[in-house]
Amino acid sequence: MASFWSGYVLPLVIIVAEIVLIVGPVMLGVAYLTYAERKVMGAIQMRQGPNLVGPFGLLQPIADGIKLLGKEMIFPAGANPAIFIGAPVMTFLLALVAWAVIPFDAGIVLADINVGVLYLYAISSLGVYGIVMAGWASNSKYAFLGGLRSAAQMVSYEVSIGFVMITVLLCVGSLNLSKIVLAQQTVWFCIPLFPMFIIFFVSALAETNRAPFDLPEGESEIVAGFFVEYSAMAYALFMLAEYGNMILMSAITTILFLGGWLPPFNVVPFIWVPGIIWFAIKIAFILFVFLWVRATVPRYRYDQLMRLGWKVFLPFSLVWVVLTAGVLVGFGWLPKNIG
Amino acid sequence: MAFLDRTARSLFLTELVSGLALTLDYFFRPKVTINYPYEKGPISPRFRGEHVLRRYPNGEERCIACKLCEAVCPALAITIEAEPREDGSRRTTRYDIDMTKCIYCGYCQEACPVDAIVEGPNFEFSTETREELFYNKEKLLANGDRWEARIAANLAADAPYR
Repeated sequence: MASFWSGYVLPLVIIVAEIVLIVGPVMLGVAYLTYAERKVMGAIQMRQGPNLVGPFGLLQPIADGIKLLGKEMIFPAGANPAIFIGAPVMTFLLALVAWAVIPFDAGIVLADINVGVLYLYAISSLGVYGIVMAGWASNSKYAFLGGLRSAAQMVSYEVSIGFVMITVLLCVGSLNLSKIVLAQQTVWFCIPLFPMFIIFFVSALAETNRAPFDLPEGESEIVAGFFVEYSAMAYALFMLAEYGNMILMSAITTILFLGGWLPPFNVVPFIWVPGIIWFAIKIAFILFVFLWVRATVPRYRYDQLMRLGWKVFLPFSLVWVVLTAGVLVGFGWLPKNIG
Repeated sequence: MAFLDRTARSLFLTELVSGLALTLDYFFRPKVTINYPYEKGPISPRFRGEHVLRRYPNGEERCIACKLCEAVCPALAITIEAEPREDGSRRTTRYDIDMTKCIYCGYCQEACPVDAIVEGPNFEFSTETREELFYNKEKLLANGDRWEARIAANLAADAPYR
């Protein structure tokens, strides 16, 4: 009986506590990302953004959440109930499970697995299923078109994201995310691999369906795309998942290119700040760029989107994979622990 | 050369960067928002808002029931009925404006020979029911008492241009 408690129950409690400790701040981050988006967009358009609910409007996301909780959920006639409900749940779930492998600081990671990058890649590929299911189950032409667009877009940009990840892996020699961060102690990968950094960031925009790649939602053409028919909490789950994915992609960008939890300079005032704070600052910066880009560029046309993905990013990243590999082999810089 | 130029420009994202620089510049500019319920913008003396019926300083109502406003109203929002008062002067017994029909063109105040019907500076008179917007003579006269100071000042400010 004692082994049952110490062998099963205690580890379970610890893991659940750890999950809560990760999911809680992520959800809070999502809430305040919506607030930050409205404030940043407002500032760029010389407006104020929300400023009435609480000091500086800081309680606005809470008020929005309560409003959505209190709303009625509407099922469209002819919708497939199981898939209709399952789609937002799945999208939301996939936005959260990926956090399991994200290292917040040296050693602070829920699952320190050796295939972390592969895991993240797999999870972000699965993300498209929730959207396709939503588009299909809604039984509406707008939702269907949004789902189709999203599927094609995410598949296209995943390819170049894969090649960008390969160039990073070539420089590290490991798929473990903590090791990827530690490999950047001398120089962050965003400097030697700068073009890859840009491609990864732009593909991350496309992968999270953010402007200028927000065709799946395209409110001026197909109303709200794949989630037109959703209301109340199901809609809230989609929004949470979208913003959660934004934070996740920012975290991945930070880990792959901006040195994760490492301070920018290994000197005294910088190394006093805990790594998790550096990680948060870097994520916040990438998220700001997400919002900044949204307020700057207009939406792509669909053929332009496909052209950029297949005819620009794919060959470009392929060339860089070959180039990086060539430089690493030619100068004998290949990481030692490869194999 | 043009090809090289174009390729270099798209490769180094120069246009994207200049666009981002512009929006960043705007990000730090002062905001132009007026916090409406707490701050209000200036209003012209000619502003055409909620209607009022005015009185003379001695308390006598100005309207002489000539019905010019009723005649000129393009939206047919004004209804007037009149008969002689006990002292023999001609006065309205009924003066209704349907504010849901009114288009705020200002023809009524232009037509009025005694400056009785005037569109005042008030634009915050929304109601929760439609019926509250069917104004009668009593409501219009009450409005006149309430806004007389501002309206008199506005009319004085606009007088040199008439």
